[in-house]
Amino acid sequence: MKFGIVVFPGSNCEHDIYHVAKHLLGHEASFIWHKDTAFAGVDCLVLPGGFAHGDYLRCGAMARFSPIMGAVKQFAERGGMVFGICNGFQVLTEAGLLPGALVRNAGLQYICRDVRLRAERQDTPFTCRIRPGTVLTIPIGHGEGCYFAPDHVIQELEKRRQVVFRYCDPKGEVTADANPNGSLHAIAGVCNEKGNVLGMMPHPDRCAEEVLGNADGRRMFDSIVHAWTQARRNRI
Amino acid sequence: MKARVYVTLKRGVLDPQGKAVCSGLHQLGYREVTDVRIGKYMEVTLGGLPRQEAEKRLHAMCEKLLANPVIEDYRFEFHEE
Repeated sequence: MKFGIVVFPGSNCEHDIYHVAKHLLGHEASFIWHKDTAFAGVDCLVLPGGFAHGDYLRCGAMARFSPIMGAVKQFAERGGMVFGICNGFQVLTEAGLLPGALVRNAGLQYICRDVRLRAERQDTPFTCRIRPGTVLTIPIGHGEGCYFAPDHVIQELEKRRQVVFRYCDPKGEVTADANPNGSLHAIAGVCNEKGNVLGMMPHPDRCAEEVLGNADGRRMFDSIVHAWTQARRNRI
Repeated sequence: MKARVYVTLKRGVLDPQGKAVCSGLHQLGYREVTDVRIGKYMEVTLGGLPRQEAEKRLHAMCEKLLANPVIEDYRFEFHEE
């Protein structure tokens, strides 16, 4: 399969994704510059971490107007897999592809450490190889990762099961202490209604091989490949 | 024509910066301070538009880019140079 990695000026995790896709999974990967207006043959689009356009004004605010975003939206509307990690998540919310917003961490500090995540649902292409309730260890690295949405939006998200990951303790319990940034409902990752667009603040791309001491992140990429394989099989 | 644009966090959105500044003021002895909210101030210079049209376009600018309607409110005022 082919991963397309959208690169904005200021993105800095595009090579992490490339490495996972190409060298760990053995699939194709290519970079898509933000000034391009189209791409072809891509099965999964990834918006990587970093500081797109310097995070000027608000994180992700300027990236939304990059020429490539029209094609990204079309791809998402057609049901293509779109995966935003960290800054990529911020871009997807600013672009209106995902609900809510990411604001300054409650504790004000930039946090760079491992957190525990509880997987909430398996019926998305990004989590189809992860049982609900599984606790994953994945690192975060952000200053603006506090998930916020108005009350009625949060209620809708919960009703439609759009919360895919929540911050939790090692036992999988959602507690105030386990929430690193003050996110409402401990939300670490959400998807759109159809489930084909996912954004998450933690970085599975930074822990996808044992040599780094943790391969939990790989399970998400394995899920993506599995979903793609299944979809292809169904088409044939 | 210059517009002063104020972008502020909506009520209900946590403002940790404002909280930190509030407690700083308390430490300086300004006990009367009960809350601080921090926002953004922008100066936008516009040329060649009648006032009404400029106002309409600035509203659109705020809604599309200068503010994020999910978390922020905005207001602006014009002043002639």
